[in-house]
Amino acid sequence: MYIYDQVDQRLVDERVRQFRDQTQRFLAGTLPEDDFRPLRLRNGLYIQRHAPMLRIAIPYGLLASRQLRALAHITRTYDRGTGHFSTRQNLQLNWPKLEDVPEILAELATVQMHAIQTSGNCVRNITSDHFAGIAPDEIVDPLVWCEIVRQWSTFHPEFSYLPRKFKIAIAGAADDRTAIQLHDVGLQAVRDEAGQVGFRVLVGGGMGRTPMLGSVIREFLPWQHLLTYLEAILRVYNRYGRRDNLWKARIKILVKARTPAGFRDEVEAEWTHVKDGPATLTSAEVGRVSSRFTRPAYEKLDRLSTAYVLALGRDKRFAAWVNRNVHPHKVPGYAAVTLSLKRTGVPPGDATAEQMDAIAELADRFSFGELRVTHEQNLLLPDVRQSDLYTVWHEARKLDLATANVGMITNIIACPGGDFCSLANAKSIPVAEAIQRRFDDLDYVYDIGELDLNISGCMNSCGHHHIGHIGILGVDKQGAEFYQISIGGAQGNDASLGKVLGPSVSQDEVPDVVEKLIEVYLGRRDSDVERFIDVVRRIGTEPFKEHVYGTHQTSKARARQLATA
Amino acid sequence: MALIKHRKLAPDSWQLLEPDADGTLRSVPAEGDVIVPFSVWETQRAELIARSGQLGVWLAGNEDPVRIAGDLQHFVLVAVKFPALPDGRGYSIGRLLRERYRWDGELRAIGDIQRDQLYYLARCGFDAYVLRAGENIESALAAFDDFSEAYQAAVDRPVPLFRRREAAASS
Repeated sequence: MYIYDQVDQRLVDERVRQFRDQTQRFLAGTLPEDDFRPLRLRNGLYIQRHAPMLRIAIPYGLLASRQLRALAHITRTYDRGTGHFSTRQNLQLNWPKLEDVPEILAELATVQMHAIQTSGNCVRNITSDHFAGIAPDEIVDPLVWCEIVRQWSTFHPEFSYLPRKFKIAIAGAADDRTAIQLHDVGLQAVRDEAGQVGFRVLVGGGMGRTPMLGSVIREFLPWQHLLTYLEAILRVYNRYGRRDNLWKARIKILVKARTPAGFRDEVEAEWTHVKDGPATLTSAEVGRVSSRFTRPAYEKLDRLSTAYVLALGRDKRFAAWVNRNVHPHKVPGYAAVTLSLKRTGVPPGDATAEQMDAIAELADRFSFGELRVTHEQNLLLPDVRQSDLYTVWHEARKLDLATANVGMITNIIACPGGDFCSLANAKSIPVAEAIQRRFDDLDYVYDIGELDLNISGCMNSCGHHHIGHIGILGVDKQGAEFYQISIGGAQGNDASLGKVLGPSVSQDEVPDVVEKLIEVYLGRRDSDVERFIDVVRRIGTEPFKEHVYGTHQTSKARARQLATA
Repeated sequence: MALIKHRKLAPDSWQLLEPDADGTLRSVPAEGDVIVPFSVWETQRAELIARSGQLGVWLAGNEDPVRIAGDLQHFVLVAVKFPALPDGRGYSIGRLLRERYRWDGELRAIGDIQRDQLYYLARCGFDAYVLRAGENIESALAAFDDFSEAYQAAVDRPVPLFRRREAAASS
């Protein structure tokens, strides 16, 4: 955990005071609704379908048990007892009262939390790898850099009214688990030949209406220059990003218009002015921030616990859970555990206040009081002793948090959708549930193997449908809710954007379409090692399309191909 | 439309020359202190320099401050227009004028200036603000103290917090 110092705390307290004043002025009628909107938004407060929605920041997904308890208390006191963990590692409450929000923020501040810049056209919560600091394939621990960028971006006077929202992800492992190519800025921490830390800098990735993968504009940025380089990128964007059209205002549109090379040249030209200036980082500062992170006091353990190995052999259901929900750890004898928030019948990412309290208890008992929020909308106990896994599994089952489906089709990523969100075209939650019910046989789910299924209720893509192996997007068709299905998207090092399969379908038809896609996959895979995404990449989308829509939907090109075959 | 200058309510001797709703621009008054649009400065440079009365120029968000960087000696005041709260280009222009082009005269924020922008405007080098009609002056004057510290370097604190800390620790 990062522990606040006096200044961190003071700024958060002052933010509470500022927002309390803004809210009072709004409620008193001296701050008009139109002017309050951008102010409340940069504090994570939306006015939604039924009530305001408050998005609470969980910087880079790191959460202490006492913070989760505070979130449980807030969820119980000011909401209706359920919180929603989002793909950006934040927590959303769907029923707070606007006039209570200053009080909620004051309570958050007591546990070193806030809602700063969780929305609005500013630098948002910095996201990272949920295995940061514990992953065996880690090259650089990204958390210190996340915190440095968090501080730099907090209340940045120049970059608080950008053309559009701005999302930064920082990764530090060989395997990318942060969707780094789909952020406005993606920073891949690497080491040069001398072992010095630096960053591979990507810009212009993003989802939304015009999904794009980011472009590398610098292969190696020495760490000292991290903030000045970000300043150069943001300044070019702030000055030249489009402000005339909401849909063309993200940095990706500017990068595309200027070409990645052209944009890079502009950034580098701007950088020459600020490079080596006072914002250049020092090793003292990196050391200071690093020293404010608490680190678990790991015990010296055997690489394999005998009790654990015996339990694996004895209990097949435990073994299945371990296979899906337990992850390797860099420290011998330890493992990371996903507590699944993807039980059928529960909206993906939702946790009740009671579950939050119980999870905090598990974290205290088994994981040094620390937790992570994953971008797949689950919670993670990062530092569990192998010998405790069997007990943790039992406890998690009691809490309905042991669905053994990480990486499987039923581990659906979904936004809150039309049930809550006023931006949505269509509902997400019932669609997720219908698919989970269709695939309720775990053996069948395991046979299908790794498959990411992501659902967004609208083009804002909060459910990351573009990078789902199967992506489902809610669309509005003459006032009715329809769903556009795409396949071939992927996160990770070989990220790709899904391709739309064909005409959108009704809500009832979605599970049938998914099942048909699975039928094609199972019929065409070489072996069970070949994943759904691999098959899509090998054979293309056409066979899937034909099976879903029938031959009458076959493209002209394919028809010609078939005719000449 | 109140003017706040150096964190105090101040009298305003300046006339702001702006296009009307239909885009037409009045001619520059023969006398008095006037803030002209950049386009007028560009086209009537010699006349403006020869004119009596003080001269200021204002930039829109899409006008690059480098275009007046060599002319700053002719101005007593530079203004930057913020057409609406969400348009944040002017913050970059302010910093560039102060930090890169070394403008040390009055830097005035004009347009739709609200209480809740003032803290950031001050950090980006603005020292004068023409508040939009209806803003509560007392509340606006308090806005400069919304935050008592800042992480980043900007015009008001040219050295970021971490370097100030390091300097304090080593002294």
